Formats: sequence, structure tokens, C-alpha cells
Amino acid sequence: MEASKVIHAIYTDDDVLMSAVKTVKAEKHHIEEVYTPFPVHGLDKAMGLAPTRLAITAFIYGCIGISVAFAMMNFIMIKDWPQDIGGKPSFSYLENMPAFVPIMFELTVFFAAHLMVITFYLRSRMWPFKDAENPDPRTTDDHFLMEIAVHNNEESLTNLLKSTGAVEINIIDKDEDAH
Amino acid sequence: MEYKISNRLRIGAIILMILGALGVGYGFMDSHKSFEDIETMLNEESHHGEVSEVATVEEAHGASHAEGDHSDGSHVDEHKAHVEHVLHQVHNRPWSALYVAGFFFFMIALGVLAFYAIQHAAQAGWSPVLFRVMEGITSYVLPGGILLLLVAFFADSHVFIWLTDGMTTEGSPNYDALVANKSGWLNKTGFFIRAIIFLAGWSAYQYFSRKFSLAQDNADINDKSNFKKNFRISAGFLVFFIYTESIMSWDWIMSVDPHWFSTLFGWYVLSGMLVCGITVIAMVTVYLKSKGLLEHVNDSHIHDLAKFMFGFSIFWTYLWFSQFMLIWYSNIPEEVTYFITRINDFKLPFFGMVAMNFLFPLLLLMNSDFKRVNWFVIMTGIVILCGHYLDIFNMIMPATVGDRWFIGIPEISSILFFAGLFIFLVFTSLGKYPLLAKGNPFVKESENFHY
Repeated sequence: MEASKVIHAIYTDDDVLMSAVKTVKAEKHHIEEVYTPFPVHGLDKAMGLAPTRLAITAFIYGCIGISVAFAMMNFIMIKDWPQDIGGKPSFSYLENMPAFVPIMFELTVFFAAHLMVITFYLRSRMWPFKDAENPDPRTTDDHFLMEIAVHNNEESLTNLLKSTGAVEINIIDKDEDAH
Repeated sequence: MEYKISNRLRIGAIILMILGALGVGYGFMDSHKSFEDIETMLNEESHHGEVSEVATVEEAHGASHAEGDHSDGSHVDEHKAHVEHVLHQVHNRPWSALYVAGFFFFMIALGVLAFYAIQHAAQAGWSPVLFRVMEGITSYVLPGGILLLLVAFFADSHVFIWLTDGMTTEGSPNYDALVANKSGWLNKTGFFIRAIIFLAGWSAYQYFSRKFSLAQDNADINDKSNFKKNFRISAGFLVFFIYTESIMSWDWIMSVDPHWFSTLFGWYVLSGMLVCGITVIAMVTVYLKSKGLLEHVNDSHIHDLAKFMFGFSIFWTYLWFSQFMLIWYSNIPEEVTYFITRINDFKLPFFGMVAMNFLFPLLLLMNSDFKRVNWFVIMTGIVILCGHYLDIFNMIMPATVGDRWFIGIPEISSILFFAGLFIFLVFTSLGKYPLLAKGNPFVKESENFHY
């Protein structure tokens, strides 16, 4: 069962946050989420998150892009309406390929970039008109928030977080929030 | 920590030089052929083909020529011209082989020098732990450059066809109007005056940047004046370099095809230079690390070098393709002949080089984790270096030896000779000073660099 109670520790500096994350992980507590106003370098590794697979999807999208370019140019320029390219009426894809390389390159980049961004948004569960999951608006400005599940250990957790330099510690009942 | 060139490496380098010198000598002896030798060679070649009729005709020509019978006019002249053409190509081969290998190793050192200047001018924080490696490699610029110019000087018209006697004299059988028009720029005196200015400028920067870098090590902790001087001369050098490198590429390479020109040639040569240079930095670094030295260099530094290898390989491909596509598209005879020669007579090195310089680094170095695996970077680096040797080969050989090319004893020996010299000079120079530029203000950042 999901923990119904969570603790929110707020920090004001990314270096303090990083060392706090390391301390909390060393104490074998599970960090649910960290909200930051900007990407903090190395935070994913410190939290023990699995490495991203976004790069693999980008490679696959690039392959799709180059295939689409190949099929498209072959249909438009060779099959449907054969073109005499640069005074070389060979009507063969391979012999005219230098002319198609820029398009193949551009579509590879186009597919890889756009589809990767869309994948990233979907994987992060972000889409238009979605309500923000962000628990505290200050994390979009200059505060950092660490969320830890509570299992009848409020006191020890609070003391631990205080010692790591948290400026504010709140205990939130998620069930009540949901109602 | 101090490094001293090991005896094994020194002896290995000397053996390479001796073997190379012997092979180069053999190449020159072997190419020392007379008109009759070439005639027999051509006859034999046509014997091997299945067209025996042609062979008999050739034989008849040979006989008639030997008797001094020139009665059947233009046919004999044509035959004579052909044999002489092949004779020239055979004579040109050992010179071209020496010039290609000499330029290849010189270009590595020059590429490292440019990369080193960029690190200083950008005040890079990641690279100061590699500065001594770069300084060691660039010590090859002056000796390698002088040797290359000596080869160019003595090779004369064997490499640079525009130096052929009578090419700029009206009325001479060798007269070439296009070359004559360019003779204000393309003449031997001008070539060497420019070459000496370039080499002097590059070596001066090499000398002073290393001097200031060493002086900074011994300076007071609050005295950053040598670091600032290095920043200033590096910025100045880069301006000097980008002009002189361009002009150097026209003079030293593009002029072997004096009718042909390409406006992005300087960039194209520069990209090959940088990718080779960075590859060699990575290789030397991994070698020194395997000896337990360079303890501050970690996987992240290798990762960054491999990223540059990947990036500049793509950049090289971009320029190679830009040059090729425009010329292929417009199909202007005087331009397109450059690629027709290469595609007809040099198919394997021409397309093989694109695979080695583009497909290999693209596929092998794309994965982020592979860039941190040292032996993987070395293996990819070897492919890249071979590919860029072929790139230089394809720039020079079609103009000098035409379809008489082969990668045989003259070519491989020239590579061995210059490789031996390069290893000897670079590693001797690496052993002269401490391997950490400890005075550089960014050295702490570089030691702690992590990705």
C-alpha cells in the first residue's frame, strides 16, 4: 500500500540538497520524489534512479526518420514523377543519392528531436491542461523539496532531516489531500 | 610524476625509423626505371589481359621504337606520350608516399597545437591535466614541419606538377595557360617563403606557450601573469592559425591539382587535422595511464576526448560531403574531374575512407558508455587514424601517380619512418617535464572533473 503520510523537507541550496539526499539514502530511507527549480547535476545518481532510456528511443526515432525520408524521396522523385536531377537522368535512387542526403539528414534529426521530446513529456506524465503535481509553488522559484514516505517513524525522520540542513519540515497526509 | 621514455619504446621507434628508411630507399631504387622498362612493363600488363591483339600491337610499337623507326607518325607519338606519362607516375610514387606520410604526422601535431590553443583561449576547466600531453605532441611541429618542407623541396615537380619546367613559359610544349595565370602565387620561391612564415609562427607559439606553461608551475601562488600571457598569445595564435592553415592547405595540398579549386578546402583539412590530433591525445593519454602515470586523468577526461573524436568525425563528414555534393550537383567539367578520377581509379580508398571516418566513429562512439572504455577508444582511434591517412592519400595520389597507385613498400615504409620519428620525438619531449601543469589555476577543477 502507498504510504498515506509523507514528509516534505525544504532546502534552499542545491549543494545542501545533494548532501541531504546522500545522507537520507545512506540511512536506507526511500525518497519518493525531489522537486527542484532547475536540473541538479548528479541528483538522479544520488537518488539511485535507473538510467534513462530516452537515448535508445532517440536512436529508434532517428532510424524511423531516415526510413521515412528514404521512402518519401523514392516515391516523389523516382517513382511517382521521375525527375532529372542535375542533368543526370539516371532515375535511380542510389545514383541520385547525394541530392537526397540533406533531406535524409534533416528528417532523421526532425523525427529524433520531436518524438524524443514528446516521449519525454508522456513519460513524465505531462500533457496539456494537466494539473501540476508540484506540492509547493516555491519549488518553481528558489526552494528545493524532498518527499519521503513515513512509516511510523516521523520523529526519527524529522530529526535526521533537520540535521541535514532542511529549513522547513512538514508532514502531509496524502489521503486528506485527495478528498 | 615524472615520465622517462622507456628503452623499449625508444628502441622500437628507432627500429621503425630504420625499417622505414630502408623501405623508402628501396622504393626510390625500385622506381628508378627507364623508358624501356616501362614499355616492357606495359607490354606485360597487356599480356596478362585477355586482349592479346592489343598486346601484339603494343609489341610492334615497342619493336618499331627500338629500331628508331618513327614512320607511322602520330600513333607512335601517342604511344611514346603514354609511356612517358606512366614513367612520370612511377617516378612520382616514392616522393608522393613520403610526402603523404610526412604531412599526415605533421598534421596530427598541428591539430593538437590548434586544440591546445583553443583550450587556453577558452580557459577550459576540464583539460589542464592533459596540457603536458598536448605540449609533448606539439613538440613535433617544428622538426616534422622542416622535414616535410625538405621533402616538398626535393620532390619538386614529382609532387607539384606546377613546378614542371616550361609550364609557365609561353611556346613551351609544357605550357599551361591556367597555371601560368596563377604563377604569381604558385611559384617555388613564394611557396617556401609562405611555408617558412607559417612554420615560424606555429613553432613560435608552440615554444612560448610551453615556456609560459612551465613558468607558471614555478611561479608564486598569487602570480598568474604567465597564465594570462598564455591566454593572450593563444587568442592571437588562433587568428594567425586560421588564416595560415587555410593558405597552407591550398599551397601544400590543393595545388597538386593546380586546375581545380574548392573554397572550403581549408576547413576540410582543418577538420581532419583536429580529429587526428584529438585521437592521438587520447591514445597517448591512455598509454601513459597504463604506465600508472597521469593519476589525475579519469574516465571523464577520456569520455570528453572521445566526444570530440565523435563530433569532429561528423564535422569532417559534413565538410567532405558539402564539397562533394556541390561539385557533383553542378557537374562543371573542370571541377567534377577531381571526383571522377577518384571514383574511377581510387574507388576502394575513396569510399573506404568514408566508411572508416564516418560510419565507424558514428556507430562505435555513439553510445555514451563506450566512450569511457579505454581500449574501445584506442581501437576506434586506430580506425580513425587509418581513415585519415587514406584521406590525405586521396588528396595527393590521384594528382601524382594516377591509376598507378598501390599501398605497398614505399607507402608503408614512409608511414613507419614518420611514425618512428613521431613516437621518438613526442615521448622524449614528454619525459622532459612533470606531467601535471600544477601551476594552472584551473588544474584543481580539472582534477575533480566528472561527468
